[in-house]
Amino acid sequence: MKKDLVLNVKNLVVRYETEDGIVKAVNGLNLEIERGKAIGLVGETGAGKTTTALSLLRLIPEPPGVEECGLMELDGLDMLSLTPKELEKVRGKDISMIFQDPMTALNPVFTVGDQIAESIHLHEDVSYTEAQRRAIDMLELVGIPGERASDYPHQFSGGMKQRVVIAIALACRPKLLIADEPTTALDVTIQAQVLELMKNLRKKYQTSLIMITHDLGIVAEICDEVAVMYAGNIVEKGTLEDVFNRTKHPYTEGLFNSIPNIYDRKAMLTPIKGLMPDPTNLPEGCPFHPRCPYMDEDCKKPQTDRAISDTHFVRCSAYDRPGFHINRKEK
Amino acid sequence: MIRYIIKRFLMMIPVLLAVSFVVYFLMDLAPGDIVGMMAPPDATEVEIEMMRKEMGLDGTLPERYFRYMKNLLKGDLGMSLSMKRPVIDIFFERFPATLKLAFGSIIVAMIISIPLGIAAATHHRSWLDGASMVTAMLGLSMPSFWLGLLLIILFSLKLGWLPSGGSDGFLSIILPAITLGAAQAGNLTRITRSSMLEVIRQDYLRTARAKGVSEKKVIYKHALKNALIPIITIFGSTLGNALGGAVAIETVFSWPGVGRLTVSAINSRDMTLATGCIIMFTIFFTLTMLLVDIAYAYVDPRIKAQYSK
Repeated sequence: MKKDLVLNVKNLVVRYETEDGIVKAVNGLNLEIERGKAIGLVGETGAGKTTTALSLLRLIPEPPGVEECGLMELDGLDMLSLTPKELEKVRGKDISMIFQDPMTALNPVFTVGDQIAESIHLHEDVSYTEAQRRAIDMLELVGIPGERASDYPHQFSGGMKQRVVIAIALACRPKLLIADEPTTALDVTIQAQVLELMKNLRKKYQTSLIMITHDLGIVAEICDEVAVMYAGNIVEKGTLEDVFNRTKHPYTEGLFNSIPNIYDRKAMLTPIKGLMPDPTNLPEGCPFHPRCPYMDEDCKKPQTDRAISDTHFVRCSAYDRPGFHINRKEK
Repeated sequence: MIRYIIKRFLMMIPVLLAVSFVVYFLMDLAPGDIVGMMAPPDATEVEIEMMRKEMGLDGTLPERYFRYMKNLLKGDLGMSLSMKRPVIDIFFERFPATLKLAFGSIIVAMIISIPLGIAAATHHRSWLDGASMVTAMLGLSMPSFWLGLLLIILFSLKLGWLPSGGSDGFLSIILPAITLGAAQAGNLTRITRSSMLEVIRQDYLRTARAKGVSEKKVIYKHALKNALIPIITIFGSTLGNALGGAVAIETVFSWPGVGRLTVSAINSRDMTLATGCIIMFTIFFTLTMLLVDIAYAYVDPRIKAQYSK
């Protein structure tokens, strides 16, 4: 059966050519997202999650950024062949993004109503008055009274601002929404509200979602699939059950091991040893091998994706060894 | 907002008092005596004393100062000692020319500096950035009388397109406005560039781009409005300065502005005229800065919120 893909990316490479060297931020990433599905993109800071997101919007600043890609289709539309003018029509309409820090994501000198209405006015054939009216509807949809549309961002709290950012992102009912750590900058109590809101709106609008986070709890809450990123590539991807219960990649295992155990508060955390590799100087082969407890010589050779099941793949050559398994038990 | 404006108006009073005090006393310290200069060579001591009384220059310094301030409160800046006419009349005869030149030059400066500063910021560290910064330095450091002379040589003498001086008609303002505007543009370009550079890296511009706003609108709408505060500040003080006349340029282009008037008043020891002119400059400068502060509120809602507290 052919999958109904909203996003199909093959061999995405992004690097930043700086004076201090070439930063290899994303290295040959493949990503498929089915319509209406939510995928969690998980990884440490510096794994290339945000760069991946920005490159999907074709918003990598060039220079210093260089984006190369074998294939990038958004709902069948070839994103790589679009002119800058055509890209402007796609951004905010078919694909939109929620940014990490709501405190800085809104323009301080325009009212929130105008900032939402701008997106509607740009992409839909309506008058500005009509766009403003719809902006008020959007505000109410994210739980802010409509009369606050004429207020400025400094009059809102962090959680309210993030609601406004969500309203902007969803104003034109995009096919794909990218949320870049949307709750990281918020209080824990507000985080839950914002997540709940996103979950409901996504259901309502049938929007596909890429949820970028380093919080596995959020992924379990919101996503259908998980992709684990390390040093600019996806090392393991599968459904929630695949990745959480039948973990295959040693890095994913390390991530789970470093979650505090709430049933045993005295238990020591087991962090992953070592540090993320320097993106200007990645190790040969699997970039995780210097930190990997299962490392052998083959890990220094180029890696390929290995299918575990229809929905699950892992990028780890250790599975060439007969009888290899990681220590984490399947559930 | 209204309360803020009233408060600012009241704050002008101590400023004007201080300025008038300093100027009046400094003028008194300046060497030279106008009565001695104006009296006929064969005048007797008694005649000179009578002249002094007639001109209102008798009595001790504090006495004269209080007399002057009493008249000032009534809007009377006194009589010019050398021209025997009210200072206020003389000033406002010359002021329109200064006003024209000030606005003409600031328009020239804006047309040059804002696009140039923005281009320099959006092409940071490129050849365009370098070229515009060199141009700005040139504008800042070139003596304006020299630039004025060069422009006269080119456009008046060689090409014969524009008049070399005077102030009749639109054509005559072009060269002085460009000369003064070039100097102002240097500073404004640098401020526009640095202010834009700060804004251009902000997250909210990425939000705007992600919404599908075109690059041009991202820069000229979303970024520029945020970068305006320092630009308006420099713009205001530049305009305020220009309202005080530009002596060198008025001289080169024989422009009948208040700058030359003030200098000639000082040269002829016409203290009432010089003091009056300087007090008028102070009033116009503080008014301009008040307008700048009001403009802040329209640009940045956060400042407006502070004003209404």
